[in-house]
Amino acid sequence: MDSVTKRYPDGTVAVDRLSLEIPDRSITVLVGPSGCGKTTTLRMINRMVEPTEGTILLDGADLQQQPVTTLRRSMGYVIQNAGLFQHRTILDNIATVPRMTGWGKHKSRARAAELMERVGLDASLGKRYPYQLSGGQQQRVGVARALAADPPVLLMDEPFSAVDPVVRKGLQDELLRIQDELGKTIVFVTHDIDEAIKLGTMVAVMRTGGRLAQFAPPAELLSDPADAFVEDFLGADRGIRRLSFFPSAALELTRGPVVRADATAEQLAAADGAAHLLVTDADDRPLGWAEPGDLGAGRPADRRLLPYGRPFVPGTDSLRAALDCAVLSPTGWAVAVDSDGRVTGVVSQQTIGEAIRTAHGTAAGTGGSAPAEDAADVTKVAP
Amino acid sequence: MNVLNFVNAFFGDSAHWHGYDGIPTRLVEHVRYTLMALGLAAAIGLPAGLLTGHTGRGGNAVAFVATAARALPSFGLLVLIAVVVGIGLLPVMIPLVVLAIPPILVTTYEAVRSVDPAPVDAARGLGMTETGILFRVELPVALPLVLSGLRSAAIQVVSTATIAAYVSLGGLGRYIIDGLYQRDYEKVVGGATLVALMALVTLAVFWAAGRLAVSPGVRRR
Repeated sequence: MDSVTKRYPDGTVAVDRLSLEIPDRSITVLVGPSGCGKTTTLRMINRMVEPTEGTILLDGADLQQQPVTTLRRSMGYVIQNAGLFQHRTILDNIATVPRMTGWGKHKSRARAAELMERVGLDASLGKRYPYQLSGGQQQRVGVARALAADPPVLLMDEPFSAVDPVVRKGLQDELLRIQDELGKTIVFVTHDIDEAIKLGTMVAVMRTGGRLAQFAPPAELLSDPADAFVEDFLGADRGIRRLSFFPSAALELTRGPVVRADATAEQLAAADGAAHLLVTDADDRPLGWAEPGDLGAGRPADRRLLPYGRPFVPGTDSLRAALDCAVLSPTGWAVAVDSDGRVTGVVSQQTIGEAIRTAHGTAAGTGGSAPAEDAADVTKVAP
Repeated sequence: MNVLNFVNAFFGDSAHWHGYDGIPTRLVEHVRYTLMALGLAAAIGLPAGLLTGHTGRGGNAVAFVATAARALPSFGLLVLIAVVVGIGLLPVMIPLVVLAIPPILVTTYEAVRSVDPAPVDAARGLGMTETGILFRVELPVALPLVLSGLRSAAIQVVSTATIAAYVSLGGLGRYIIDGLYQRDYEKVVGGATLVALMALVTLAVFWAAGRLAVSPGVRRR
């Protein structure tokens, strides 16, 4: 997009000299407060709104050169509330674009059935009508309909805003999974900064008046907001949220305070000195924390155990998840498990704090990393 | 003698069942006038309503035409045109068409205009043509209301088509007008009963059309 402006006849400027390079095969999120022109920007890409000034190029070709229906058929379009055709069955809704482009009825339906599976809808829903589906299911149909003719570009206008948070999270994960499989060029509009940070490869923050405030990958947005507006829009806990981009794989785990429920006295003695002991079952699955004093008398199996909070999976989860575990844990230690739920070790808030400092140092490019001896000095992250 | 006796006597008289003044002939004539008038009115009202409803423009013109047409008395128009052009089908068709256009035009306009804008936006964004949007997205959803407009027009035309008899044409109005002249109340009541029955049949026809033509996804059952 090169210096694109949309001015309405009454003089209102919806988008003001916006220049953006949207990368191929990745998700670009346009985010901003209402009235910032993000939807107008999106709608200029499929020419639902014509720009007043400036040009939009797709793979080097001016959008104005193509017939508008051909252009739109090469771009999937998903809107809030899905906008399904209530008189058509789910299968026929999804088959809309293939049918328009002259595919046979049979082929279109087969393609629609294939897409239902791709977006995680049960095939039995195909013969139903939109009113018989939940909001989340309808939105999946909307995504399937947009993908039906396999367009290289997908435009999504606040597609998940109207569903409840739990369903929204499911839809977001599903979109990321589909994107992994299909690698479309997606432009996604939202007013929800968390959604933008979760989904975006690149995030364009727009401000009222249709101006671009910052265009950056989400991690950079969180670490270096361009100005006070972006910083304010990101919200109060951007430091914590930024931890989502740091992997937890490098965390140094210790098995020192981990004991089995049927541990012998020698094993208990080996774990001596720890403030708390994590008790696991015979399969290494965590049971809870115990005070060492309680264990002195013998087997810890019947002891009163403290809850261990929610464990994290090193490598899969981020530092944010690890820190969250440590903060939730009554002992201040986070429990690390493998993908099968077996305990691989525990890690203290201090160690996580150190890892955060290291990660910040690396991210800032200073290369500074806290030496291991300084671990005790690392400011404790208070619960 | 009460009304039921009249009805009994009228339908019981075998003379009323054949010949050029028999019930079958008059019914067919009546149905013909009704279908012609309704067809003409639909040919004018439906496209105009669909177009104004789809574009959202011309709403004031629709309201003006509808109000003006409703203000015209059918009987007055019949006599006026009969005086100008003489006796024939034309002076009957014009008042009937004028009577039928407002319900068709106004309901069609409102029906299309009140379609949820989200699916229309989605269809446009997916590259559907404007004609495609009107006939494949808006009309199927607006259909129940469009049909209800046609239905009220049909019922009004069925009952008003009796005026054809005033200008020497046939139809069920023949019995009513002749009966009044001949003081044959049996005939009057019989004709009126037939008109009422036809109105009920019209209702049934539109109910069936709605069941057949409206998608279960729109009917929601």
